[in-house]
Amino acid sequence: MPDLFPQPGGDGGAGSKPARVVDRAGLDAVIRSLQSRGYRTVGPTVRDRAISLAEISGVADLPQGWHDSQSPGSYRLTPGADLEIFGWAVGADSVKRQLLPPREVVWRAGAQDLVPHEEPAAGLAPLALVGVRPCEVAALGILDRVLGGGRVTDPRYASRREGLFICTVECGSPASTCFCTSMGTGPGAESGFDLAMTEIVEEDDPRYLVRVGSDRGAAVLDEVESQPATLRDEAARQEVLARARTRMGHGVVTEGLPELLERNLENPRWDQVASRCLSCGNCTQVCPTCFCVSVEDITDLAGTVERRRRWASCFEVGHSYIHGGAVRPTTRSRYRQWATHKLGTWHAQFGTSGCVGCGRCIAWCPVGIDLREEVSAIRASDGMRALAPRPGGG
Amino acid sequence: MSSSPSGFHPTIAVFKFASCDGCQLSLLDCEDELLALAGAVRIANFQEMSRATIEGPYDIAFVEGSITTSHDLERLQRIRATSTTLITIGACATAGGIQALRNFADVQEYTAVVYPRPEFIRTLATSTPIAEHVRVDFELRGCPINRHQLLEVITAALAGRRPAVPRHSVCAECKQRGTTCLLVAGATPCLGPVTQAGCGAICPAVGRGCYGCYGPAEAANPSALGDRLLAGGMAPADVTRWFRTFNSAAPVFTKESLRHDPQRQR
Repeated sequence: MPDLFPQPGGDGGAGSKPARVVDRAGLDAVIRSLQSRGYRTVGPTVRDRAISLAEISGVADLPQGWHDSQSPGSYRLTPGADLEIFGWAVGADSVKRQLLPPREVVWRAGAQDLVPHEEPAAGLAPLALVGVRPCEVAALGILDRVLGGGRVTDPRYASRREGLFICTVECGSPASTCFCTSMGTGPGAESGFDLAMTEIVEEDDPRYLVRVGSDRGAAVLDEVESQPATLRDEAARQEVLARARTRMGHGVVTEGLPELLERNLENPRWDQVASRCLSCGNCTQVCPTCFCVSVEDITDLAGTVERRRRWASCFEVGHSYIHGGAVRPTTRSRYRQWATHKLGTWHAQFGTSGCVGCGRCIAWCPVGIDLREEVSAIRASDGMRALAPRPGGG
Repeated sequence: MSSSPSGFHPTIAVFKFASCDGCQLSLLDCEDELLALAGAVRIANFQEMSRATIEGPYDIAFVEGSITTSHDLERLQRIRATSTTLITIGACATAGGIQALRNFADVQEYTAVVYPRPEFIRTLATSTPIAEHVRVDFELRGCPINRHQLLEVITAALAGRRPAVPRHSVCAECKQRGTTCLLVAGATPCLGPVTQAGCGAICPAVGRGCYGCYGPAEAANPSALGDRLLAGGMAPADVTRWFRTFNSAAPVFTKESLRHDPQRQR
């Protein structure tokens, strides 16, 4: 696969630079340095009762003291008085919105001028993501394979992805819905970043251990006042990660998962989950790797034609429409498609799992369907078949 | 004045049954596009705009309102016979409207309470959607309909293409605009997961749960949501009320409202 977006970090190059430690002013200086280099800086903020990504001007915009509690179908964010800035797990919003916006115009053509005008993908300054979790970085890696440089390249995604600066923050506070340890995407950051921070809050002294993953990451960090990381700093980092692993929710056994799902397409569990599933599509909207879009050609009264695309979902009936009807006409068939693609056939198609274990689909399902439980129920009843054949497939 | 890009100038007529007129007024609400629209189509019958009418046949009939009298039913059949394309607009025409609450009650009892001389009232026992009586080519949902969707249906007809009117849930619109889920954040009950999109998810964006104005989304699972509302502490009678507003005669909403109805009428 062509390496369109070189994944820095852990390659023995810039990644082998020794870690540094900055204080909160240093973190602010990192953000300012990125801005002075022409980046739009986007990071976690509190908006509308949840953590979501928005433009930040400095460290003061970050969600200090905010903590979340998540369970299937439930998310609560509460303020606190402590000094932690990154004391939460991911909200509904993900990096997907930044690189694959929910709605966009692909091209326009006038009534007199039928040559389509390609709309620029963004026309904005390059983006620097500050304070995104390793599971988000892993999701970007998956989107890169799908949209960025595999068999098909989406130029709109690629133009946004090119020049993207990533300053990730390792996870010290996963939610009960999280299972990144199962998917191998966290809580620590291994690669795919320019800078990787670990927030260490001991008494009243928050500090950030920063590792370098690329030359441009090194250049940014060089501008900022920092100390070499001591053995004590590194031990504190390991403690943060160890604590995160114990706070994680229960996981998913991934061994042989694609094969398990493939031989269980008629497992009665799919009927059971379909009876609870709202078919609302929230899981796919919040999933950081669900990349499906629908393309619509719109005309207006002046004769202008616009090609628009919007986030779509395999839970829409029309998503599987081909001549004569939908191939997946039931909720059972659509849920099964989503789960088996995400965890199973994605491997054959793109070479990895489609799941990063962020748990969004679990927390943001209004009826709290837990993908982990569906998988373990399938595993427990491996090989069971539905009682009767279903007329019309599904 | 612009004209239809395809050169097709369809004759458009607007008809009303039991309804409040709000949906057809959405046509006049297309202020910025109104002159262009008037140039692109021939408006043959639209009493909210002009008393001047042109006899049928019509290329496109927009039908608002539900069927509540036998006279209405005869009039509807004549409209269908003189219209090439019949498009229903709004919750009354597509799901009986708020007046379909009569379907769960005794109409004679209502008329006795409301009218001094109930013997003059000739009405059916039910309020029913247009599609229960005649073939409908397209249903545009909403209470009221969204004027952008109405324009989309008209421009699609002019261009001979399918209108881009998605049938998925309101949730997709919330997520697209970045609204935090009210159900998951524990803020308030919401019908969004079972309701068809089209409004732009305006209520959740201001912290109010979806009222279900656009009726059931495709593949909606109201019983799963009903269970969720009960688990959240809502009384069964209130679940019934939630599913009995503007689209109570939509079959899957009717069914869910009856499941929690202490009287289990009809």
